Amino acid sequence: MAKYIVRRILTAIPMVLLITILCFALMHFAPYNAIDAMTTPKMSPETIELIKAKYGYDKPLFIQYLRWLNGILNGNFGYSIVTKQSIAGDLAVRIPNTIKLVLPAYATAYILAIILGLLAGSHKNKAADKVIDGISSIAIAVPSFWFSMLLIFILGYKLKLLPIVGMHSVGKEASMADFLRHFIMPFITLTFTFLPANVKFVRSSTVTQFSEDYVLVQRAFGASRGEIMFKHVCKNVLLPIITRLGMALQLLVTGAIITETVFGWPGVGPYFIKAIQGMDYPIVMIILVLSSTLVILGNLLSDILYCITDPRIREMG
Amino acid sequence: MEEIKKNDDKILSAQNVHTTFRTHGKSVKAVRGVSFYAGYQEILAVVGESGSGKSVLMKSILGLMPENAEVTADQILFMDKNILEMTPEQQRKMRGKEIAMVFQDPMTALNPLRTIGFHLTEVLKRHRGMDKRTARKEAIAVLEQVGISSPEKRLDQYPHEFSGGMRQRVLIAMALCCRPKLLIADEPTTALDVTIQAQILELLKKLQDETGMSIILITHDLGVVASLSRRIMVMYGGLLMEEGLTEEIFYSPKHPYTRALLQAIPKPQAGDRKRLEPIPGMAPSLIDPPDGCPFAERCKFACEQCEKGIPKYRVYSDTQRAMCIFSAEELDARERKVD
Ligand SMILES: Nc1ncnc2c1ncn2[C@@H]1O[C@H](COP(=O)(O)OP(=O)(O)OP(=O)(O)O)[C@@H](O)[C@H]1O
Ligand SMILES: [Mg+2]
Repeated sequence: MAKYIVRRILTAIPMVLLITILCFALMHFAPYNAIDAMTTPKMSPETIELIKAKYGYDKPLFIQYLRWLNGILNGNFGYSIVTKQSIAGDLAVRIPNTIKLVLPAYATAYILAIILGLLAGSHKNKAADKVIDGISSIAIAVPSFWFSMLLIFILGYKLKLLPIVGMHSVGKEASMADFLRHFIMPFITLTFTFLPANVKFVRSSTVTQFSEDYVLVQRAFGASRGEIMFKHVCKNVLLPIITRLGMALQLLVTGAIITETVFGWPGVGPYFIKAIQGMDYPIVMIILVLSSTLVILGNLLSDILYCITDPRIREMG
Repeated sequence: MEEIKKNDDKILSAQNVHTTFRTHGKSVKAVRGVSFYAGYQEILAVVGESGSGKSVLMKSILGLMPENAEVTADQILFMDKNILEMTPEQQRKMRGKEIAMVFQDPMTALNPLRTIGFHLTEVLKRHRGMDKRTARKEAIAVLEQVGISSPEKRLDQYPHEFSGGMRQRVLIAMALCCRPKLLIADEPTTALDVTIQAQILELLKKLQDETGMSIILITHDLGVVASLSRRIMVMYGGLLMEEGLTEEIFYSPKHPYTRALLQAIPKPQAGDRKRLEPIPGMAPSLIDPPDGCPFAERCKFACEQCEKGIPKYRVYSDTQRAMCIFSAEELDARERKVD
């Protein structure tokens, strides 16, 4: 198993490199680049050359890439074209804010999905299943911004129960209660966004397990419904679900872009959207590099989890 | 359908079992009024082509049918208890304890994420109220009994570490855990290769000798059962076509279908150079079964009469009866004419 994991890690490295190359190339060939942002048409060509030299844009492409990559590896993500701020510095504030929102929402959705999915899957075509599966199908189709608007309208505007934007009220940055009041609506929205697909996944996995031969065999040996569910089916359903955790890794950065933007949550979402609007390439690229790297790492994590939990793979080399 | 005489030497007897599946508005009549019995300490073989309803009949009796299946019967007696009158909970407690079943495909019959030991000890804990340690000891003993070497070590292994034949032994061990009175083995060797098949059948025979349990052995291979079973019942199209002692079925088969089946077994030892005769045609659809004898369309003796209603049984001895409008003598006479 160790050998397999090492091999998987080794194959992940070139993938990440490939992604950085792609992102770099996209950034380089974009019609509008960092130099355009720093210069104005009025400047003389000499001045522009000077600025280029100062930031290293006069070097060959290959060297530029290596410098950029080296920067990223050392935590130097470059600077925003628009605000001239350090991107690393911005993200160091933004990412924890996003995690504060996404992590609890995903955890809640995940646990609820397991419970609801098992419940629906074990009662296939009965009332409980029809309700859970039906609502999930509808919920998948509901856009999250619409749902958040609905929440804002009811809880924020009509009932005036909760604040509509931000993470803290001004002057109450240290208050937990204040944070929670801001947290509730985006949290509900996100949970609701993550939930239905996960419910459907757990449900179909449960249905599949219940139709396996070993379930009939267990029945033939007098196992009760509960025993079949908790001693057999559960474990087999949870295995593929655990591996789904790895796939969710990248959500910690880009999992809430729309919701954060709607609620003005000071996370990665609004930062990213603003960067796109301002053609702030370095920011967009760094976030893309980050999230694609997390996708690859997440896959790696899934595989490792699978290795650890599934006896059929555990044994292999 | 005529009554089979009530008798104390029957461990299981069922009258007039019907099983119908409803799917997408269609109904599949998989079993259409079968009455049969299994005696104490005997091996009863159930033979018939694929789709003849053998598995469905046995699963119906155990209450293992899916929800879209409807099972009716006049009576199903197991050791003088009427299974039909039991609550689902009572039926469940009987399964695995008094009647155990072993299935066709050992590769999928075990939960891949649970150890062999878990499978065995669960049954022991459930039906014999053992604690973990005693159950483990007993599991080791049972594995030994079915011929698995170093059972102590094997107990902690997962199904994928076992070959097909070994898994079938594990399943047989599971069945033996509670010393059931009746073991139903549904084609236990079909998925295995030939040498392993023989070993498993030998094992069943040995276990039957040792424990005195009754075995119902389902197979579609008549050749397999010749040396094993005391009685044979032949099914076709959801009906019991013929039943009799093994000698009766092999040496004086009455039903044209039984005869056709026998002609389709290779007999290297018999020495006669007669050609193997596969049965022409296909089994009838059970969605819309013919009114008459289901075998009629493939039967070389069939006449118009055969298509009018399901024939009555002709009783040839205390143990043998066949469902054909022709008596054995009439068939013999016709056979000579055909040749
Ligand atoms: N769950 C089900 N739903 C609908 N029809 C079914 C179902 N299970 C079995 N049948 C039908 O019942 C008939 C009898 O099936 P059964 O499994 O008893 O055959 P069998 O004699 O055991 O054959 P084999 O030798 O292939 O195991 C088949 O025609 C099959 O299509
Ligand atoms: Mg079968």
